Amino acid sequence: MLRPILAAFALVLALVAPALAEVKIQEVTSPGGFKAWLVEDHGIPFTALEIRFVGGTSLDAPGKRGATYLMSGLIEEGAGDLDSRGFAEARDGLAASFHFSASGDSFGVSAKFLTENRDQAVDLLALALTRPRFDQDAVDRVREQVLTGLRSDEKDPGTIASRTFDALAFGDHPYATAGEGTLDSVAALTRDDIVAAWKGAIARDRVVIGAAGDISAEDLGKLLDKLLGDLPATGTPQPGPAPWTLTPGISVVDFPSPQSVVFFGHEGLRRDDPDFFAAYVLNEVMGGGRFSARLMREVREKRGLTYGIGTYLVPMDLGELYLGQFSASNDKVAAAVKVVQDEWARIAAEGISEQELAETKTYLTGSYALRFSGNGPIAEIMVGMQLDHLPADYIATRNAKLEAVTLEDVKRVAARLFRPDHLRFVVVGQPVGLTPTP
Amino acid sequence: MRFLRPLALLTALAAPPALAEDVTTFQLDNGLDVVVIEDHRAPLVVQQIWYRVGSADEVPGKSGIAHFLEHLMFKGTGKIPPNQFSAMIEAQGGDDNAFTSYDYTAYYQRIAADRLEMVMDMESDRMRNLRMTEEDVTTERQVILEERAQRTDSDPGALLGEQMRAALYMNSHYGIPIIGWRHEMEGLTRDDALAWYRKYYAPNNATLIVAGDVDPAEVKRLAEKYYGPIKPSDGIVPRDRPQEPPQLAERRLTLSDERVSNPYVYRQYLAPARNPGDQKDAAALLILAELLGGSGQTSVLARALQFDTQTAVYTSAFYDGTAIDSGSFGLYVVPAPGVTLEDAEAAMDKAVDGFLAKGPDPAAFDRIKTQIRASEIYGKDDIQGLANMYGEELTIGLTIEDIQGFDDVLGAVTIDDVMQAAHKVFNRNSAVTGWLTPVTGEAPAPGAAESLPASAGDQPADLPAEGTP
Repeated sequence: MLRPILAAFALVLALVAPALAEVKIQEVTSPGGFKAWLVEDHGIPFTALEIRFVGGTSLDAPGKRGATYLMSGLIEEGAGDLDSRGFAEARDGLAASFHFSASGDSFGVSAKFLTENRDQAVDLLALALTRPRFDQDAVDRVREQVLTGLRSDEKDPGTIASRTFDALAFGDHPYATAGEGTLDSVAALTRDDIVAAWKGAIARDRVVIGAAGDISAEDLGKLLDKLLGDLPATGTPQPGPAPWTLTPGISVVDFPSPQSVVFFGHEGLRRDDPDFFAAYVLNEVMGGGRFSARLMREVREKRGLTYGIGTYLVPMDLGELYLGQFSASNDKVAAAVKVVQDEWARIAAEGISEQELAETKTYLTGSYALRFSGNGPIAEIMVGMQLDHLPADYIATRNAKLEAVTLEDVKRVAARLFRPDHLRFVVVGQPVGLTPTP
Repeated sequence: MRFLRPLALLTALAAPPALAEDVTTFQLDNGLDVVVIEDHRAPLVVQQIWYRVGSADEVPGKSGIAHFLEHLMFKGTGKIPPNQFSAMIEAQGGDDNAFTSYDYTAYYQRIAADRLEMVMDMESDRMRNLRMTEEDVTTERQVILEERAQRTDSDPGALLGEQMRAALYMNSHYGIPIIGWRHEMEGLTRDDALAWYRKYYAPNNATLIVAGDVDPAEVKRLAEKYYGPIKPSDGIVPRDRPQEPPQLAERRLTLSDERVSNPYVYRQYLAPARNPGDQKDAAALLILAELLGGSGQTSVLARALQFDTQTAVYTSAFYDGTAIDSGSFGLYVVPAPGVTLEDAEAAMDKAVDGFLAKGPDPAAFDRIKTQIRASEIYGKDDIQGLANMYGEELTIGLTIEDIQGFDDVLGAVTIDDVMQAAHKVFNRNSAVTGWLTPVTGEAPAPGAAESLPASAGDQPADLPAEGTP
């Protein structure tokens, strides 16, 4: 509620959403047929390039869990005539940066290179993608790093919570287990498994590209042909949709810590669901990344039960979650769980107020422009949009779609999105007063 | 920091200054320093206010008060209703937060450029007109205790780091954790917070950074309108804080915890900090850290411990010199399976001794120089990063000339400079060595880090940012 003295601020509040960044996406097709999105900006002499190959760790062959992930750590460990050290020296000598990653839905390449030596940097990156060596000593060394991470995960309450939740939710699908693999599966991986993972994950039939910075459409086209032209035409197909096996209740995993880490949630919404925008607004009200979200207010600000709490719509290619997360001292976690349950039931029954809807729309439409803050973020946003099958003009239409969400929409979708009797809480710690259910 | 971000900014290699013509500075009559960094690529603005006070300015017994006040600064003023500060920013499509370190406390907003006046109005308002109730203080104290539980008490590696700092600094308040010792945090009161606020929150103890799509003349007009009328404090005195005595004895400690799966060795040395007009040693130490541990494939420690021998699964070295009283230089080794911490530490020291005897590979030295030059270009892409750099470095006492000249200082560093700095810094009498181990009696499972080395790729995102419209 605004007090009278707030008049000065209230004036500002009445303004419409701020002007959007003028982000002009060019749809580029290379001579060789690769399609890419480009935002040209010649202000700083470098290019940010983001490439995703759809599939990622979910392509792991049966019994080979962790192969794609390990491959992502090995792809920069020597290529062509260069061993691990030679490759790193060449890259650093050009001051280029290459980063490779593997998530449940894609294999990612993030590169930045200077205009002054762009051709050499791209040649080097092409070498990594098309002629990686996977030398046995590198395989053994990086494998040991992955195992180190997995051993660490076994004693990390946050990781234990998220993995327990995934295992409960996704049956026998790859989503149910960690893309990094297990201590046993990773220990058993051979060089042949890594080569197979590379051939399966990095192919021309699944590539999505965003580029931003000091490069023309013509130069980008040539670059892409050089970079990707020699890749295999096809790779391993994605698996089918994940089964849904989550049941409601409370799981407790005993862990010696003063705090419990809690993951909670239930089924979510597909990104192409017609109700996704309404759900997005609702999530923002409930547990978006803001201090004024309901759960931050109720659990942190009013009761001091946690340092932070948030909820997340997680639409993946083959399954969708609605997830939340917080930590609370063992003697407070039961109270925090109760607040979450109550808030879930309240929003499902009542929806949100007209004022909450209006404020959330202003926030979401206004803050959208803040994301486009540099070549790196713009390139990333463009691959994200393509992975979500959005058109290039989405940036210009997105805020209008949010504005179009009505109070009736959110009321109807609240009853659909929030399922208080479907909530599963996974609590890792030594909570007081929480009774596990089967 | 108010929510889920690191308490201290780690110093990255080669702070990248913007071109001088993009930066405008001026001072208001009340002593407020203002820095404007222009970047007109997108219609955004970042406003930051940096107070020249941090946890190392605390008095004994009140650890955590600097950070606690940072939390309480969001409680409201006469004009801003209770707990509405962030909500009002968010309702305009902006984000805001704050962070506390040893030497500074900073607050920021990111918002559309045409909303700069609103956030200036609000930030200047809470410089002097903060209000909080006893109930606010009681609840927020629970929040910072939960924050400590989450960041520190739940993480054996963080606990070791805290114990090591306490040992490294025998007299400097840098040895006291920013978030505070739990037993002292529990006793922090509203009066403590208000006394801190009244003493230190004033225009003549702050630097305002405005970065983004703004016109310096307009920023000046707004700064004069909103910050200009605020009276300076006469309680601001030079930050003459306790300094280290001669350190004459090596310190060693072991933290054993049942939650440790991967033991490691971590050594920290006292090191010089960047000083106004004198950044040469700091520049040499930054390059030294890169040479020793900056790359998983080419650096000295990686070659010796991960390639030539299979002693370690992960190694690194770092230097943090962006501080008022003292910097630190760190070495870190995660042993390979079957290698003891003792052997890992011996191998680490042998590699460093070898470096001291032989010096760096000149080609490696040249590559780092190339990367430093390039980082100036890449750094310009991140306006908030630039704002952070200017804010932090000005707040520890460097000048605009120091900041903008640091790349030249780095560029002028010679191999001899690096070797001189190395011989000086590697003094075990001014170092602490920490071992993190599982609880004694448990079968040792050497070989792992608290977090996955970057070279093994990113973990699949459980909470992807993609999918947000």
